Amino acid sequence: MDYFLITTSLLKILGILFVIILPMVSYTIYAERRVSAFIQDRVGPNRVGPAGLFQPVADIAKLLFKEDFSPRNANTFYYWLAPCLALIPAIVTFAVVPFGSTLFGVPMVIADINVGILFVFAIASLGVYGIVLGGWASNSKYPFLGGVRSSSQMISYELSLGLAVIPIFLVVGQLRLTDVVRYQIDHGWMIAPFLGDWTNPAKWLLAIPMLVSFVVFSVAIFAETNRLPFDLPEAEQELAGGYNTEYSSMKFGLFFLGEYAAMITGSAIVVTLFFGAWHLPIPSWHGGFHWALIDGSGDGWRGILGGLFNIATFFAKVAVLLFVFIWVRWTLPRFRYDQLMRLGWVFFFEIALVNIFITAIILAYYPA
Amino acid sequence: MNEQLINVPMFNVQIDGVWHRFPRGTRVIEACAQAGTFVPRYCYHKKLSSPGNCRMCLIEMGMARLGPDRKPELGVDGMPVINWMPRPQISCAQDVTDGMGVRTNSPLVEECRRGVMEFLLINHPLDCPICDQAGECELQEFSVEYGSASSRFLENKVKKPKNVELGPRVTLDDERCILCSRCIRFCQEIAKDDVLGFVDRGSHTVLTAHPGKRLENNYSLNTVDICPVGALTSSDFRFKMRVWFLKETKSFCTSCATGCNTLIGTREDVIYRQTPRENDAVNSSWMCDYGRLNFGYIESERRLLEPRILSGEKLVPVDWPTAMAQAAAQLKHCQGLEVAIIASGRMTNEELWLTAQLAKTLGVGWIDIVPRFGPGDDILLSEDRNPNSNGTRLLGITAEPGAQLPAIVEAVKSGAVRALLVLGEDPTKLGLSLEQLKELPSLIMMDILSSVATENATVVLPSFAFAEKRGSMINGEGRLQRLNRAVRAPGQARDDWEILRDLIQACAGTNGIGSVEDVFRQMSETVPHLAGLSLSKIGDLGVHVMEVNESPAPPYTPASHDIEEEMEHQPPGRTSK
Amino acid sequence: MSVCVSRPKLNWRERIYLPAIVGGMAITIKHLKNMLLGRTKVTIQYPEQTLDSEMPEHYRGAPALVRDTDGRVRCVACQLCEFICPPRAIKIVAGEIPPTDRFAKVEKYPAEFDIDMIRCIFCGMCEEVCPEQAIYLRKDYAITGFTREEMVHHKDKLLEIGGVMHGVILKWNEKK
Repeated sequence: MDYFLITTSLLKILGILFVIILPMVSYTIYAERRVSAFIQDRVGPNRVGPAGLFQPVADIAKLLFKEDFSPRNANTFYYWLAPCLALIPAIVTFAVVPFGSTLFGVPMVIADINVGILFVFAIASLGVYGIVLGGWASNSKYPFLGGVRSSSQMISYELSLGLAVIPIFLVVGQLRLTDVVRYQIDHGWMIAPFLGDWTNPAKWLLAIPMLVSFVVFSVAIFAETNRLPFDLPEAEQELAGGYNTEYSSMKFGLFFLGEYAAMITGSAIVVTLFFGAWHLPIPSWHGGFHWALIDGSGDGWRGILGGLFNIATFFAKVAVLLFVFIWVRWTLPRFRYDQLMRLGWVFFFEIALVNIFITAIILAYYPA
Repeated sequence: MNEQLINVPMFNVQIDGVWHRFPRGTRVIEACAQAGTFVPRYCYHKKLSSPGNCRMCLIEMGMARLGPDRKPELGVDGMPVINWMPRPQISCAQDVTDGMGVRTNSPLVEECRRGVMEFLLINHPLDCPICDQAGECELQEFSVEYGSASSRFLENKVKKPKNVELGPRVTLDDERCILCSRCIRFCQEIAKDDVLGFVDRGSHTVLTAHPGKRLENNYSLNTVDICPVGALTSSDFRFKMRVWFLKETKSFCTSCATGCNTLIGTREDVIYRQTPRENDAVNSSWMCDYGRLNFGYIESERRLLEPRILSGEKLVPVDWPTAMAQAAAQLKHCQGLEVAIIASGRMTNEELWLTAQLAKTLGVGWIDIVPRFGPGDDILLSEDRNPNSNGTRLLGITAEPGAQLPAIVEAVKSGAVRALLVLGEDPTKLGLSLEQLKELPSLIMMDILSSVATENATVVLPSFAFAEKRGSMINGEGRLQRLNRAVRAPGQARDDWEILRDLIQACAGTNGIGSVEDVFRQMSETVPHLAGLSLSKIGDLGVHVMEVNESPAPPYTPASHDIEEEMEHQPPGRTSK
Repeated sequence: MSVCVSRPKLNWRERIYLPAIVGGMAITIKHLKNMLLGRTKVTIQYPEQTLDSEMPEHYRGAPALVRDTDGRVRCVACQLCEFICPPRAIKIVAGEIPPTDRFAKVEKYPAEFDIDMIRCIFCGMCEEVCPEQAIYLRKDYAITGFTREEMVHHKDKLLEIGGVMHGVILKWNEKK
């Protein structure tokens, strides 16, 4: 038994879950409310604590103490199971994401498995079960419609999601996410060819399909996490909340948590695949121009600070992407359902497919 | 009546340019009303003599112009040419003549009304906010049309007595009085109790009671009704409720066999007043104070609010099905001859009919109502204080009210009767002692108010008062009249007919009665006097169904009333005979 | 009758929608930026900031009963406000002033005067209809309570809010 591995993994899991994900979810919700308020020329929640910073605590307290109500004819087992199913995949996906370099010599990834991206797709696809079950078990028409919408929407966009990342793995040649990060440190971020070996013309050429991949992948993530403009499963105006209509109290809270955790995980994947994960290149002229690398490999304080800096860099990037999520939500109106399906099947699917071929052709002429 | 009408000559009268035909003897003010023009008036009341002292009903009048042959000249339209009088005339003291012309809205008439209103308002206080008449005040109404918003009166107003107790039930505010003398004439002509009069002169004239006398006759509150302003107010209704809040339900008084037609003024299930409703076949426009004020018990704290049954030693509240089942079980437990029913002359025909059905179902032999008599008068109050004695006769409850009652009482005393069903009466007032009632194995009481007897009953069934139910009664003259629901009953009280219906159903199974209309329909199918009638066909004024003469004739019936004869006794312009 | 409205023909730039999306996002981020820089005017922060001092003359707050300078409760329980009140918030029980009272001439007074502030819609019709200048809408707007019963203003509370009204017509005073 590798007690060191088990202990560090447990510490990483606990740290990620309770120090990073849950506070981040809470404050993403807070940010959502504040940013939406600012965009709409309002003030937003500013009562609880300085600038309303303790609002998430109040929200959670409210959710915990609200009456836990179940519809009389709901299928109780699945009704209770659904919120858990909505939350767990979103969190479990995080296991393979390299959120930092090393700290005390321990790699900052919980499970560095060699099928990383496949694991991501496998687990993320389970997220739909929470919503579909919640919609079905509530035994109510709006949740049911929300569940049905969600299942077809998620399946449609998973295609684009999967196809959009293939070019990356064509370039990297590995499914392991740490290898993707390592590649980006060596050769520059996927969508930023000027970082890394910027003199390589193939890098610049490859940036085009990478950019397309990035757009398709991000849009698909929006759809996967049920965010506007793709929030049809929970469309408040049409479905009175969709799959979570009949949920109250902390069960509703779990759905909420799951949705925002999925957002964070989605952003983390985008950061890992396209933005170099924890890597922040520092321009250095020490012995000619090059990009300096800060990681946790130094000795003593230097290494610890470097490792912490990498983790901070990673989550700062995630935070920027989360802001974009919020920004988009409060700008764009919701799609009509047929437009949503058309976009998924007729445009993104084809674009992603063509993109694979273009990448392959480029790689054929300029082998990495 | 028809012969009289045929023999009366008809006169052509032009009102506001249109020719109408009226029988001789029609007053001009009534002719105008029939032609659709309301002439404002204060002193004139169609049931009283015409003194013509308020001058509000001034109109322009003209007579047919006579030619040299003393025949009316005819115009191009073939109608008489009218010679208009230069001065306005009062329309209340003048009968129509052939070829008469009337203008009710000419500039002169309007100017006259404005002038009269200004004079009337000189000394009238501006206290509409506290005046009980506000809202049904003729002075207010005509002020809207003919009054002036500002006063030209610079002098001090005359101060007069306020808040004067004219009698036990009437309060007078002399400042509001416009000296129309309606109340004085009512007391003289209708109540035959000449206590009111004017004293002092000019603008210091005040209405007052004769020294040493009070306005305390049984009809005093009618003066409040006919007072066009708020000078006479009812001490009972004073400051209780503004009249515009009142919902007025057409009903009739159940305090004696006369059955005066009434309006019950209610707001939010509280009765505030009863006022007489015009019905020339019953009560003209009047009613007695006794009947008018006899509604306070409906809001009594002694109202029975929930059905109760005797359990062990005391009465416990139960729900209706339990109470009905208990009552039915107690009745069925006894043989027919062991059951006695004491009904009431205050019950409606529907309830009496159901009572008779119940008696038939159970084979009851002992059944009667409690007769109720009091001093009557020759105006409206009947000696028979049961409002529906004729109904009990017609529906076969009893041939003569009270005939069987002593026998029932004796049977209860001797123990031959083991179950006594009392509907709205108090058996302790029939000579039965409390101990004797307590010994009865079953005493089922349906009543409105709690009494010693209800507290010692085995089943208590709370029922509705007259203002809370629909139904019909037959008054002393055999007139079928209808009660309408004015208020909702308090607590769990139920309609009497529903209780009786359920009792019959509990004893003998369903009888297909779902509404009080069903009861009346079944009743009209079996009782020949009521054949072809229904509750809605009774109408607001009632239907004559029986030939009896038990209550005094109304004081004024237009059919027998000769106006010219009246005029000889009472020339217009005078208030005294 | 139906009208056929032809859809506008979109050119290729419009059809990829991207410029419109970018434009929209530019607008929202501009609002966010202005807000962060404090350039946007927003509402007042209510409990800390109030507009009590700038309340307009015609502001309609809580209805209240007033006394006149003689100390008489102006209301004579005519119930016109109860009649006019659109949400039926007012309930009055009239009483008779005893003849020994110094205001006996007025005869009638409100024994009970309740305004249900849950129902009140601050329309001011009671003030408008009052023939006695007895009820006024004052500037109180923060009317709170923990129970429904607390939200009913009884006569005492109404007189407390109302205070004394100067410059009203004293029509009940003896002229001579």
